[in-house]
Amino acid sequence: MASATVTEVETTTIPIFVMGKKYDVPETLTIMKAMEYAGYQYIRGCGCRGGICGACATVYRKAGDYKIYTGLACQTVVEPEMYLTQIPFYPANRASYDFETLDPTPESIFKLYPELFRCVACNACSKVCPMDVEVLDYVSALKRGDIAAATEISFDCIQCGLCTSRCMGEMAQYHIAQLARRLYGGKIAPKAEHLQKMCDNIAGGSFDEELAKLKTLGEDELKKIYTEREMEPAMSDEGWKPESSVGLA
Amino acid sequence: MPYTPELQELIKKVEATRAERVERKKRGEEVPFLSLDERKERLKFHPDFKEEGRRELQVGPSKGYAIAHEIADVLEATSRVAPEKVDLSNPAYETDVLIIGGGGAGTSAAILAQEQGAKVIMATKLRHGDANTMMAEGGIQAASKGEKDSPYYHYLDVLGGGHFTNVPELAEALVKNAPDAIRWLEHHGVNFTKDADGKLMTIHGGGTSRKRMHYAADITGAEIMRTIRDEARNRGDDITVLEFAPAVELVLNEHGHCAGAVLYNLETEEYFLVKAKSVILATGGCGRLHIQGFMTTNHYGATADGIVLGYRAGVPVSFLHTVQYHPTGVVFPEQAEGILITEKFRGAGANLVNVEGNQFVNEREPRDIEAASIIKECVNDGLGVPTPAGRLGVWLDSPMIEMLDGEGTVKREFPGKYILFKRYDIDITKEPMLIYPTLHYQNGGLEFESDGTTCVPGLYAAGEVGGGIHGANRLMGNSLLDIIVFGRIAGANAAQFALNAAQDGALNLDHVAAYNKEVEDAGVADGRVAPALLPMYTDERIRERQLTTKYVGNIR
Repeated sequence: MASATVTEVETTTIPIFVMGKKYDVPETLTIMKAMEYAGYQYIRGCGCRGGICGACATVYRKAGDYKIYTGLACQTVVEPEMYLTQIPFYPANRASYDFETLDPTPESIFKLYPELFRCVACNACSKVCPMDVEVLDYVSALKRGDIAAATEISFDCIQCGLCTSRCMGEMAQYHIAQLARRLYGGKIAPKAEHLQKMCDNIAGGSFDEELAKLKTLGEDELKKIYTEREMEPAMSDEGWKPESSVGLA
Repeated sequence: MPYTPELQELIKKVEATRAERVERKKRGEEVPFLSLDERKERLKFHPDFKEEGRRELQVGPSKGYAIAHEIADVLEATSRVAPEKVDLSNPAYETDVLIIGGGGAGTSAAILAQEQGAKVIMATKLRHGDANTMMAEGGIQAASKGEKDSPYYHYLDVLGGGHFTNVPELAEALVKNAPDAIRWLEHHGVNFTKDADGKLMTIHGGGTSRKRMHYAADITGAEIMRTIRDEARNRGDDITVLEFAPAVELVLNEHGHCAGAVLYNLETEEYFLVKAKSVILATGGCGRLHIQGFMTTNHYGATADGIVLGYRAGVPVSFLHTVQYHPTGVVFPEQAEGILITEKFRGAGANLVNVEGNQFVNEREPRDIEAASIIKECVNDGLGVPTPAGRLGVWLDSPMIEMLDGEGTVKREFPGKYILFKRYDIDITKEPMLIYPTLHYQNGGLEFESDGTTCVPGLYAAGEVGGGIHGANRLMGNSLLDIIVFGRIAGANAAQFALNAAQDGALNLDHVAAYNKEVEDAGVADGRVAPALLPMYTDERIRERQLTTKYVGNIR
């Protein structure tokens, strides 16, 4: 398969230790491709392979170094003498709730996740985050009741669970952040009124006739309308309006 | 790894022409867009038009239809498990609606089916949410601004993008339900980018006549996926999620209705039966089949399983002869191969430049034209940039953006890509990116109707597994839309079928036995089994040393 791990290239190999066991792998590979090169076939611990799904959280140390390092296996290039393990799953407490009836208040969050206040501000969560999310900052924002700030700070979270694995307060930070973001997006941020209006117009059948007409047109007529349709200029601002009102409500 | 000395030498040629190209851009002098006739000529270099890249199917309901060898390979294959070995009298689970696939389409379907009062099982090959949905960056289209836009214009754009081949009813359903899809997502708490009054920010995409691309920063798909997954989890009493449990066959009953599926536990290697009153296929696309050897932007699990299952059960396929190649995928460094470089770079002014440092195409042509132009430049005209791995690419000249819009623009507008390359000691504010087209989207799939039904009663399709909505080419921002719109439709209707129309009856896998026989009689299987379930990235030499291992397809 053409896009399989690249091995045809002459490369220097380096030793890495997968769960303590030594493999020599090309120095240019990511951890994920290095493990595949070594003979692993992933079932767990591999997802989008593009750094956004949170499946391949990896913890490693380097020889002679006491520090814990983390990264996504699909994004992190191997280093000589790295000792690694993936953490494809980590148990986490997630509260279940009825989103429809839940008040968008800090108290709702506190009630569902009282463990929020077990945070001792050790900052281990932020340190291990492979996305550089300031986890402690959003946890602190939530403790202050600032749902908007928590939404913003936690936005790049990929829910890999590494923060949870290190938390002295034993909370699942990323589930709490998910709740905060939903409350903000669904109940605190102002609603898009123009969207509701369009939905009402569609439900009222405003465009049915014009669309039905388009559907019956021959290809030539359709191409003509398509080619002649007015294009919103690339640099237009929100106030732009087309000259023709054809097809509009 | 940073650029090699050889590549750094070649970058000097890009730098030599950059100032002049920037000046031309500032003067508004563009490489002319291709005319419709020139486009037609250029598309001959597109992989879809490569005769040797495809073959006619020898078996099944679409016999005679020519599609890519790699997809034909999984369709012209026998079942993973002999049908007579499966105990159909003893289901491990029974439910109203079985959803196969745990991405955006499957999850939307689960929520809507549950709201109809159905019990739902969602079976997914990897984790819930492991899907191309999660990876979509750009946005989601919908005509939400009535003073300038409507489903009428969205429809025209969809048809134009699809070269006027789309199934009109599917395109109509897509655009008419689009605003309500956004409203539904907003209601469930998706944080779309808005102004202070709640007005949704919208931008253009390739082929849109109005700015109707809604977005959530640059992780729109991930924000949608994690939000609706969270909602599905809230309904855990009614929605059971079976992870690492891909379906390997659909099960029919004596009335010819789809009535469940045989699932496979990837970890314990058991096969087991789920009996259901209706089934939704929401298995996504096929990027990991690496059509014509192309690298892909797709998720690890994108192996076209649902197409195999549906096809064996009698559902024809359409538009599968067209596959979308995103023009700009990373080709160097090797570790990041296939990763998508968003269209926004070209929108912001970055030229495509060949090995000589020359521009060869306007950077704002539609995706298929851009991809064809890059392939022509590299393969046919010998003007590609060679990578250390022996591949070819062209430069995407990101430093131009800094010169056009001011220093700091690249880092501000493209933080994700800046960091990605920085990890490899490549600074895209100063050095161009090396790119090549990458397999991105399966335009076609199983034939289905605008109410989600297929020709098999009780079997529904939603999302990338279905074909016809986008015709021969999908526009940016219409795939996230597709999965939400048709996921909701399939979920609601499959639940109604399960609760009101389904007839209980004896289960069978006769269609699988018959299909196996057809494949064997045609002599085309060549020992292949399908669905593939996972790609195979284990080194050949290692497989040769696995002396006591028996591979069934890609899995041992």
